[in-house]
Amino acid sequence: MTNTFITLLESKDALLADGATGTNLFNMGLQSGDAPELWNVDEPKKIEALYQGSVDAGSDLFLTNTFGGTAARLKLHDAQRRVRELNMAGAELGRNVADRAERKIAVAGSVGPTGEIMEPVGELSHALAVEMFHEQAEALKEGGVDVLWLETISAPEEFRAAAEAFKLADMPWCGTMSFDTAGRTMMGVTSADMAKLVEDFDPAPLAYGANCGTGASDILRTVLGFAAQGTTRPIISKGNAGIPKYVDGHIHYDGTPELMGEYAAMARDCGAKIIGGCCGTMPEHLRAMREALDTRSRGDAPTLDQIVSVLGPFSSDSDGTGDDASAGGERRRGRGRRRA
Amino acid sequence: MSDDADDIILAELNDEELVQQMFDDLYDGLKEEIEEGVNILLERGWAPYKILTEALVGGMTIVGADFRDGILFVPEVLLAANAMKGGMAILKPLLAETGAPRMGSMVIGTVKGDIHDIGKNLVSMMMEGAGFEVVDIGINNPVENYLEALEEHKPDILGMSALLTTTMPYMKVVIDTMVEQGKRDDYIVLVGGAPLNEEFGKAIGADGYCRDAAVAVEMAKDFVSRKHNQMSA
Repeated sequence: MTNTFITLLESKDALLADGATGTNLFNMGLQSGDAPELWNVDEPKKIEALYQGSVDAGSDLFLTNTFGGTAARLKLHDAQRRVRELNMAGAELGRNVADRAERKIAVAGSVGPTGEIMEPVGELSHALAVEMFHEQAEALKEGGVDVLWLETISAPEEFRAAAEAFKLADMPWCGTMSFDTAGRTMMGVTSADMAKLVEDFDPAPLAYGANCGTGASDILRTVLGFAAQGTTRPIISKGNAGIPKYVDGHIHYDGTPELMGEYAAMARDCGAKIIGGCCGTMPEHLRAMREALDTRSRGDAPTLDQIVSVLGPFSSDSDGTGDDASAGGERRRGRGRRRA
Repeated sequence: MSDDADDIILAELNDEELVQQMFDDLYDGLKEEIEEGVNILLERGWAPYKILTEALVGGMTIVGADFRDGILFVPEVLLAANAMKGGMAILKPLLAETGAPRMGSMVIGTVKGDIHDIGKNLVSMMMEGAGFEVVDIGINNPVENYLEALEEHKPDILGMSALLTTTMPYMKVVIDTMVEQGKRDDYIVLVGGAPLNEEFGKAIGADGYCRDAAVAVEMAKDFVSRKHNQMSA
C-alpha cells in the first residue's frame, strides 16, 4: 500500500507543513468560543478554503480541522456524540482538496489534547483516554487521512494513550508536544525526554517534534535538543508566527513572513525535516517559508547565539536539559521521603 | 513501618523541626504526612490560623517559588496542592469556629469556549494554599455566569483563565460588560493563561496579568492589601 505521506517523507529533502487553523478561521468569521470543528459540517466551503490556502502557498501536507475532535473537547459544545461525523467531515474535505491538487499533498488528521489531566495526578484514566482517541482516530481514518497527527501534547501519559489508540486504528502517526514552560512542556517533559519516549512505541511515530510553544527561537532550541539525542527519526518543527498581540479586538501574531522564512531555513539547518507554522501562521508566511526552503541551500546547524540574532531572544535561559536540568536552579525543598 | 533512613517519626520532632519537615513533605506531595503534622500541631495547642500560615502557607510559598522558577512543574505542584488540601480539610471547620482573619476571596473561572481548567485549578489551589477563599465556577463561562457569581459571593478578586488564542478575547467581553454595568471598579480583575501576556492584560482592561499561579498569588496579596489600605484610609 502506498501512502502519500510516507512517499513524500522518503522522496523529499524537507517537507513544508501548514500554518495556523484557528487564526485563519477567525479571519473567516469564526467567533471566539465557538468550536472550529462544527464548521466541517456547517461551513464546509470555508474549511476547504483553509486547506486550499495551505496547498496554494506550497505546503506538502496540511492538518485537518479536527484538533478539538475528541469527545472530551466536543462535549463543551454538546457535540460529544458527533465525534465520528465531525472528524470524518473534516478529513473528507481535506482528502478532496488534496486529491484535486496537481502535486502530491498529504492529509494529516489532527488530534489535539483532551484538555484533561490524566491519572495519577488528574482524573482521566488511561483506558478512557485511549477510548476517546481511538474513536477520533477511526473517524479520521474513515474520512481518508494519510497519517494521524497528534499535537500540542504536554503529558507523556496522554502521548502514550494516543499512541495506543492509533495502533488500535492501525494507522501511521506523527506526534508533537508543546514546549512552553522554561524549555519544557507544562508537565516538565524536556526535548531529550521526548526523543527517548517516542522510541518506546510500537509502531513508533513516523516523525516527532514540537509545535506551538513560545515563538520561533524557543522551538529551534528544542529541535536542536532532539537532534542532540542522535535521533534518526524525522523531526517536526511547527512554531508560532511570533508572539500574540491584542490589536483592535483581535489577536495578532507579530512574526512577519520574512521572519518565518528565516525560521524555516534555520529549522532545516537545526535538523528538522517537516517544517511548518502554528498559531498566527497565515498563507503569506507559508509562501515565504516555501521560498526559503526552495531557494536557500542547507547550512550548518546554527548556534544558540545565531538563533537569537536572527529570530530574537529565548523566553527562558535554559531548555531544561543537560547539566542544569533544573532551569532555575536547585530544588529548595523536599528530600524524596518515601511513604513508610 | 520502618523504611530505612527515610523513616521519620513526626511526633518526636519539636515544633520547629516539625514545621521544617512539613515544608519538605508538602514539597514532596505527601498528603498523609501533612495531615498527621497538622493534627500533631493541633494537639500541641497551635491555633488553626497559625498552622495554616506558618506550616501550610509557608510550605506552599516555597513550592510556588520553585514553580515560578521552572524547577517544579505542574505534576509536582498538583501533588503538593493535594497534600495541602488534606491539611486544609482538617483546619477549615476550625478556622471558621475561631473566627480567623481572612486573606481575601476570589471568584475564578475559564471563559466561554474554553474547557481547559489545568491553569485555573492550579491558581485555585495556590490561592487556597495562600489562605484565600476561592469560588471556582468551572469552565466555559459566559459573561452571565461571572456576573452572577460576583453578585452572589462579593469577592475581592475576579480571576479569568483561557488557554486558547480562540478564547482569550472573550475576557474583554466580560470586562466590557462589567464597565457597562458600572461594576468594574468593585473588583480586582486578574487574568491568566498560556497565550496571554502583560500587554494583552492591559489592552483588555484587567488589573493584572498573571504569568503563572505563583505570580497570581503574589499579585492577589498585593492588590488585596492595597485595597484594604485604601478602605481604611
